[in-house]
Amino acid sequence: MRSSLTMLGIIIGVAAVIAMVGIGEGAKRMVNAQIASLGENLLNIFPGSQFSGGFRAGAGTVTTLKEEDAQAIKGNCPTIQRVSPVVRTGAQMVAGNLNWGTSVEGYSPDFIYIRSWPLSSGTFFTEQDVKGATKVCVLGKTVVDNLFPGQDPVGEIVRIKKLPFRVIGVLSAKGQNAFGRDQDDIVVVPYTTLQKKIAGVTYINYIIASAVDRSQIDLATRQITDLLHQRHRILPGQDDDFTIRSQLDIATAASSTSNIMSVLLGVIASVSLLVGGIGIMNIMLVSVTERTREIGIRIAVGAKGRDILIQFLVESIVLSLMGGISGIFLGIVSSKLISAILHWPIFTSAPAVALSFFFAGFVGVFFGFYPARKASRLDPIEALRYE
Amino acid sequence: MSPLLAAEHLIKIYQLGDYEIHALRGINFSIEKGEFVAVMGPSGSGKTTFMNILGCLDRPTKGRYLLEGNDISALDRNGLARIRSQKIGFVFQSFNLLARTTALENVELPLLYNSNSPKEKVKRAQEALDRVGLAERGSSYPNQLSGGQQQRVAIARALVNDPAIILADEPTGNLDTRTSIEVLELFQSLNENGITIILITHEQDIAAYAKRNITFRDGRIVKDEIVSVPKKAKAELLALPPTEEEEEI
Repeated sequence: MRSSLTMLGIIIGVAAVIAMVGIGEGAKRMVNAQIASLGENLLNIFPGSQFSGGFRAGAGTVTTLKEEDAQAIKGNCPTIQRVSPVVRTGAQMVAGNLNWGTSVEGYSPDFIYIRSWPLSSGTFFTEQDVKGATKVCVLGKTVVDNLFPGQDPVGEIVRIKKLPFRVIGVLSAKGQNAFGRDQDDIVVVPYTTLQKKIAGVTYINYIIASAVDRSQIDLATRQITDLLHQRHRILPGQDDDFTIRSQLDIATAASSTSNIMSVLLGVIASVSLLVGGIGIMNIMLVSVTERTREIGIRIAVGAKGRDILIQFLVESIVLSLMGGISGIFLGIVSSKLISAILHWPIFTSAPAVALSFFFAGFVGVFFGFYPARKASRLDPIEALRYE
Repeated sequence: MSPLLAAEHLIKIYQLGDYEIHALRGINFSIEKGEFVAVMGPSGSGKTTFMNILGCLDRPTKGRYLLEGNDISALDRNGLARIRSQKIGFVFQSFNLLARTTALENVELPLLYNSNSPKEKVKRAQEALDRVGLAERGSSYPNQLSGGQQQRVAIARALVNDPAIILADEPTGNLDTRTSIEVLELFQSLNENGITIILITHEQDIAAYAKRNITFRDGRIVKDEIVSVPKKAKAELLALPPTEEEEEI
């Protein structure tokens, strides 16, 4: 009974470590997966230097990027596979007697490749549509749910800012992005159509591109930078009038955040493991005191100090390892429970389990050592007299 | 023949704060193999300190203690532990058995600290229990045994390593008269089979069963005499008034 109570500290400590590290790891993987779902080799090129005004350029404020830049990048950067200019505006969509306010975004046909975004029905628009600025659109799932509930909208007409557009395709569902925004609340049109027919502008907001391979992103960034320096006649020493952000940058930033969170959770849980260890040390000290007579007898019949030390150390290690195993089970079970009830993603990794097990064993050795040593140093004559 | 055990001018001084306690003030003493010695004296006379040194639980401040010709005072803690496990068997007043272990496992305890195979351990422990007349009680726990039986288990434990000497500290102190004499009968029969026994007691009655009596006073041996006619435990038992159970027969 007393052993069970002693082990409780270790059990809870190990379970907490497993559950918390699982939560941290699950969050990290979810974030990484969502970022990857935006397009693995994605590069964003924004007008405006990062040193002034940031890269969330509103419509019209900074217009140093041109669609010709996009075409130049596609033609001259071998590490860039696909490029699309981006123009965006908010607009009200009307279909029949339903309407829905959403973000209308204009791209080139490379969009579905750059964003790794397959269609769930219909087709995407083509270079012809871009050349002719035709009034065709592709809807995201959320827009379809709100304007054409239960229907396949391909072939139907919607009005964007009172202009009739034919729906030619539907994007597959992507869900929320890592920042909480509903990615399916979108309407995609040829960028030229948005410029000329909807918004009446000649600029583009920014450019998206995809690199040939993830490993080429750095090289791609440099190639684009060199090209734009040339085209925009930026001399060495001058600030760039553009900013390049790769998906890698975002992923690294998000990763480091979730890493910090994981580490923090792990540290907190480790503290509880430490407390469990102190509990073991306490109980072992009490045990040594209670068994003073027994230790005296063992020494009297020939036990060496080392024999006593090993005896008590083994007891302490057994306690902590049994606690560790129970804690691992409890941790895995509570992870599954939390995951089911709170719908948090939890990932229990084998390394975390193994690490907890060895940490529990180490706690047993470390916190059991002092009491064991105390036992081994008892004077047999005093010990035998102990009441 | 050199003595089994020899003490040469043993001195033991304890430091208690500013005070020095002279527990032994120069003991000279020797025992041959096969003797049965009773050590007597009032408390504080040094007899317990003397036993502790003989039993290698403690070291003298000055002087030499030779066991089978080897100087014990030169050994370190581990060396003393080795001697204890191989050469000395202890019997205590309060039996000092491990409570949650069976009689057989208790007797095995000294064998733990020598290297013995598990089979060997069980065999030797069972033999020791045989010698003290408790062959069938191996799986009993101490709280299932009477005081006399517990002391017999303790004696078996003391025997299991074939020690050179058995040191018994007031072995009958917690036992009634009849059981005390039964235990002394066991000691006498072991002694007749060649085991050397040293027994501490403060009771003259008990000392009379030994073959030699040594008396301590104030850290010195003041008397050392052979008992001309030791009491025979077997005979004494018959002379005792019958117990209630026997009366009913």
